[in-house]
Amino acid sequence: MPAAEDLGRLAAELRSEAPPGLTFMEVCGTHTMAIARYGLRQLLPEGVRLISGPGCPVCVTAMADLDRVLALARLPEVTLVTFGDLIRVPASRGTLAGERAAGADVRVVYSPRDAVRIAAEEPGRQVVFAGIGFETTAPTTAAALLEARAEGLANFSLLSLHKTMPLPLRALLDLGETPISGFLLPGHVSVITGTACYGFLAREYGIAGVVAGFEARDVLEALLMLVRLPRPEIAIQYTRAVRPEGNLVAQRLLDQVFAPSDADWRGLGVIPGSGLALREEFADVDAARRFAVDPGPTLEPPGCRCGEVLRGVIDPAACPLFGTRCTPEDPVGACMVSSEGACAARYRYRGLDEA
Amino acid sequence: MKPDHPGRTGDRVLLGHGSGGKLYRDLVKDVFVRAFANPVLERLDDAAALSPSGRIAFTTDAHVVQPLTFPGGDIGRLSVAGTVNDLATAAARPLALAAAFIIEEGFALDDLRAVCASMAATAREARVPIVTGDTKVVERAAADGLFITTTGVGEIVVGHELGSGAVRDGDAVILSGSIGDHAVAILAARGEFAFKADARSDCAPLWDLVDAAVAAARAGGGEEAIRFLRDPTRGGLTTVLAELAEESGLGIEVEEEAIPVTPAVRSVCDLLGYDPLTLANEGKMVLVTAAEAADAVVAAVRATKYGGEARRIGFVTAAHPGRVALRTPFGTRRVLDMPVGELLPRIC
Repeated sequence: MPAAEDLGRLAAELRSEAPPGLTFMEVCGTHTMAIARYGLRQLLPEGVRLISGPGCPVCVTAMADLDRVLALARLPEVTLVTFGDLIRVPASRGTLAGERAAGADVRVVYSPRDAVRIAAEEPGRQVVFAGIGFETTAPTTAAALLEARAEGLANFSLLSLHKTMPLPLRALLDLGETPISGFLLPGHVSVITGTACYGFLAREYGIAGVVAGFEARDVLEALLMLVRLPRPEIAIQYTRAVRPEGNLVAQRLLDQVFAPSDADWRGLGVIPGSGLALREEFADVDAARRFAVDPGPTLEPPGCRCGEVLRGVIDPAACPLFGTRCTPEDPVGACMVSSEGACAARYRYRGLDEA
Repeated sequence: MKPDHPGRTGDRVLLGHGSGGKLYRDLVKDVFVRAFANPVLERLDDAAALSPSGRIAFTTDAHVVQPLTFPGGDIGRLSVAGTVNDLATAAARPLALAAAFIIEEGFALDDLRAVCASMAATAREARVPIVTGDTKVVERAAADGLFITTTGVGEIVVGHELGSGAVRDGDAVILSGSIGDHAVAILAARGEFAFKADARSDCAPLWDLVDAAVAAARAGGGEEAIRFLRDPTRGGLTTVLAELAEESGLGIEVEEEAIPVTPAVRSVCDLLGYDPLTLANEGKMVLVTAAEAADAVVAAVRATKYGGEARRIGFVTAAHPGRVALRTPFGTRRVLDMPVGELLPRIC
C-alpha cells in the first residue's frame, strides 16, 4: 500500500525528530474529522498529543444564540433556514428539529443562496437565514445577502452568528490553561484570510502555526513542519490552496457586508471583535432587528463539559457523559452533534481499543 | 403540479378515477393492464392465483421518492427493483409482484403511463410479472404526486437458512459495486446542491446477480457456502455490516480502499461531509460466502450486468465480536458504527 508506506515514513520521521511533551492544537472542524477518520492519532509518537480547539462552528455557538434561533423559528410568519448541523444541537429548551416536529417551518439548505431562492418562491413567508460559520462560509452568506437585495426581496433577512478565527486563539492563549506547542491552522479559513492574521501567535506568544490541508498526508506533513521550524513562525503546508494574502475578493465581500462585533463563544465567553455583524447599511435585513423575540434564560446542560473540550483543556473521553449519557444518537452537548465536533468525531471514529 | 385547465381533464388523474366505477376500470385497463400485460393480470380478479413449488419468500416495500424521475431511474423502476432485490436477499427467484398506487388528484396521465412503462420494462428485465394491484386517488395535496407500494412473492432456491446466523469466522465479505450513487443522484436531482453533481442512481433488479452468486458459491464451496445477502439501501453499507456484526456476534473487518466510490460521489461527500459508506444504494448487494467460494462468487457476480465491479472487501472474524473494523489506506483501524442524524428523507 503506497499510501500507508508514505504515511509510515512521515510518522517514522516524526517519531525520530519530535522531542517528547509536544501538544499541537487543530482549530478546524474538518481537521478534527479528518484526524479521527484516518485514525491519525494511532500513527503519532507517544510524546506528541493532538488536541482539538474551538474550530467547529456549530460547537462554538453560544447557548443564548441557539435560544434566539429557536425563538425566531417559533414565530408563525418565519421560515427559519439554516445548515443541517444546527438542527440537532440542544439549546436551553429543545432543538430546531423539535421545533420543526412541533410545527415550526424549519428548512435545511447546503448554501445560503438556497435561502434566497426560498424567499423568492414564497413571498408570503418571512425567510430568516441563520448564518453560521467562520471566514469560510461567511462570504457565501454575504454574496447571498447582496443577491437578495439586488432582487429586492423584502422577505429575506439574516441572523448572523458568523465568527472569525484568529481572535479565539488569542483568548485561549491568554487563559493559559493548556500548554500549546503549535497550531495546525485551518486550511479552508486561510484560503480566505491568508496568513498575516496569525502573525501575532509567533510574534507575541512565541508559538508557531502551520496552515494544513485535509488529507492524512497533509496533517502529518504539517506536524513535521511544526517540529522542524527553527523558530516560531507561521508557515503554509497547504500551498496548493492557500496564499499568504488570501482571497482578496472574498475579503472585500466580507468587509462590504459585515463589521467586527462582539461574539459569544461557547467555552470562551464574549470575545470583542470576533463576530461578524451586519453593517449599518444592511440594518433592514438584520433579523436581530426585524424580529423582537424573547429567547428566555439560558440553561446549560448539567454535567456537559463542551466548554473545556473546546478549549482543549480536557480530552472528549474525559467528560463523564461521553459515550454514556451523551452520544450522537442522543447528544447532550453541541460537540457531540456536529460531525465536526471533537466529541462526535472521537466517538464515531473511535479505534478498536477504545470503548 | 399546475391546476387543471377546463377541457384538459382528460390528461389528468381525477378523483373519479379512484371511484371504482367506469373511470376506474378505464384507468386500470388503459394504463396498468396495457403496461404490465400478462394473462394473470388480464383476468382482473381481486387476487391472483400462483402455483409455487418450493419455499416462499414474501416482502413489501413502499416508495415515496421525490423527484419521481432522476438520473438512472424513476419511481417505477425503483418500485420493481426494490422488491425484487428484497426477495433476492432471501435467495428467492421473483415469482410475481403486486403494485398499489396512491395517486394525487391532478397527476398527469402521461406521467403515470411513463412510470408504468418503466415498471414494466424493469419487471421484464427481472422476468417477473405484475399480476395484481390496486389504485387509490386522493385529493390534491393529500399525497405528493405518486406513491407506489410493491409486494413480491419469490421461490427460495437454496435449502438452508440464509442470514446472520449462517455466517462463520473466516467468511468473505463481497460487495457488488460502487456505493452512494443512488443517494447522491437523488439529492442532485432535487437541486439540493449549489453545484452540479454528475451522479446516476444505480437502481437495478439484482436477481440475476444473486442467482449467479448462489450457483457459484454452491459449485465452489458446497450447498451452504452462500451465507448472507443484504442490499445496502437506507443506512448504506455501514448499516448492513454493523447489523451483521451485531446479529451474528462476530466481528467484521473491511478494507476502505477496496470499497469502490465513484469520483462524483467522492467529491459530493468531501464537500458536504457525508460518509459514502452510510449513503443509500438501490442496485448493490452485500454477499457473505465461505472463504473458499469467494473467488468464484466474485467472478460470477462480475459476469452479470450489474456486478462488473464486484470485489471482496473484507472478512468475518472472531477477533472483535459485534464490531466492524475499517482498515484505512494508511494502515490505521477504526470502528464503523451505525449512522445517526438527519436521515435523508424520501430517497426511495
